Amino acid sequence: MSVILDHLPELWQGLIVTLQLTAASFLGAAVLGVVVTALRVSPVRVLRAIGTAYVETFQNLPLLVLLVLAVFGLPEIGIQADLLVTAIVVIAVYEAAYIGEALRSGVNAVSRGQGEAARAIGLTFTQSLRHVILPQALRTVVQPLGNIFIALTMNTALAGAVGVIDLTAAANRVNLVEAQPIPIFVGAGLAYALLAACAGFVTGRLEKRLVILR
Amino acid sequence: MSTMLFDEPGPRARRRMRVATVIGALATVALAVLAVRQFAANGQLDAARWQPYATWPMWRYLLNGLGSTALAAVVSAALAMAFGLVLGLGRLSPRRWARVPAAGYVEVVRTVPALLLVYVVLFALPRYGLDLPLFWKLVVPLSVSHAASFAEIFRAGILSVERGQSEAGLAVGLTPGRTMRLIVLPQAARRVLPSIVSQSVGLLKDTSLGFVVSYTELLYSSKVLANYNGLLIQTYIVVALVYLVVNMSLSKLARTLEARRRAVLRRRTTRV
Repeated sequence: MSVILDHLPELWQGLIVTLQLTAASFLGAAVLGVVVTALRVSPVRVLRAIGTAYVETFQNLPLLVLLVLAVFGLPEIGIQADLLVTAIVVIAVYEAAYIGEALRSGVNAVSRGQGEAARAIGLTFTQSLRHVILPQALRTVVQPLGNIFIALTMNTALAGAVGVIDLTAAANRVNLVEAQPIPIFVGAGLAYALLAACAGFVTGRLEKRLVILR
Repeated sequence: MSTMLFDEPGPRARRRMRVATVIGALATVALAVLAVRQFAANGQLDAARWQPYATWPMWRYLLNGLGSTALAAVVSAALAMAFGLVLGLGRLSPRRWARVPAAGYVEVVRTVPALLLVYVVLFALPRYGLDLPLFWKLVVPLSVSHAASFAEIFRAGILSVERGQSEAGLAVGLTPGRTMRLIVLPQAARRVLPSIVSQSVGLLKDTSLGFVVSYTELLYSSKVLANYNGLLIQTYIVVALVYLVVNMSLSKLARTLEARRRAVLRRRTTRV
């Protein structure tokens, strides 16, 4: 146990980075995911095709390949940003595909009459999406979004493989110094489990408050 | 295609749609032009930098990597599925001593990053005298982490089989084990096939963790290659395309299987 206490500053710093990665990339992914969903349900064929291509591409590429491509490849064409920012953007872009897919199934679950009613009172496509369809769609996908959030938290560990010192990388470094893998890795695992448990708790509460019983 | 959000367009809507089409197309083209200019400005479009990827030795090397990826994916999928089936059955068991550990395993593994498991196998196990060969250092953590997902898929599949099926099995005198094996599982297997294929896509994506283990699957091979020939972005783009083609085909297979299953179900309900 004392290993963890000795290296608490490094591990704490790692946890902070993991939290930053998680929060920032989930926020970005949520915004992008809504845009992708809007594209995928729009009446314009080209926009639908763009949305579908986005989801298909990023759901079928490994996140680690994207991270490696962005971190080591992009500087070659003169695009270089802070490592943490790069990781956040890549994770956000990747997870947006999953959020877009979840939201689309939510849109499909909204009953037909809602969209028809919105059009009947003269709302445009954007208005009906924003005021009528999406609020209801979001409520039906609280649980899937919570699962995506947990998966995203786990995926932020991959940023450690390209040089970001997040919790996993910090734990690995401490272990290389101290060579006491059991307490260090179990501690890191517990921290992740705790994050996921918090996320699960929050989504459970949210779902209870938001769900629409049909 | 859901037509829930719009009606048959009138003349004005059609005009707006044309405008949106043009804007969407222009934005895509602009993005592509920007990317190409960025490549060209940094001299990454030179034929000499792409030409190696048109040669056979290069592809033989990359296909070797793809072969290792496939091998790792197949072996870990088989292990994860076998273990997942045991866990899924355990979670549904009426016996507490089977149910609680299985549920605990699934809940815990779901909330630990696969990379952390890889580090445990890489750095923790050797200290306790268990130094696995490179291949298993990748396969074991992947199997451990995906077994939990497969367990959930199998559990959902078994629960989706109508109660009457197992009741009928028990009624004709089969033991609970035989009812599960002969009646419920074959039906469940057919239902979960699409989910299993799409979960396997996830597993195949995770084999890229070989990058960390330095097992020469596709991504690690490409790292070695890029370090050798200095063509970083070209190599990674080519490798990304290879992943894309393989995974898209698998995803397509999953969708086809799902559509076929739906069609069978529809036919069955209309016949009755």
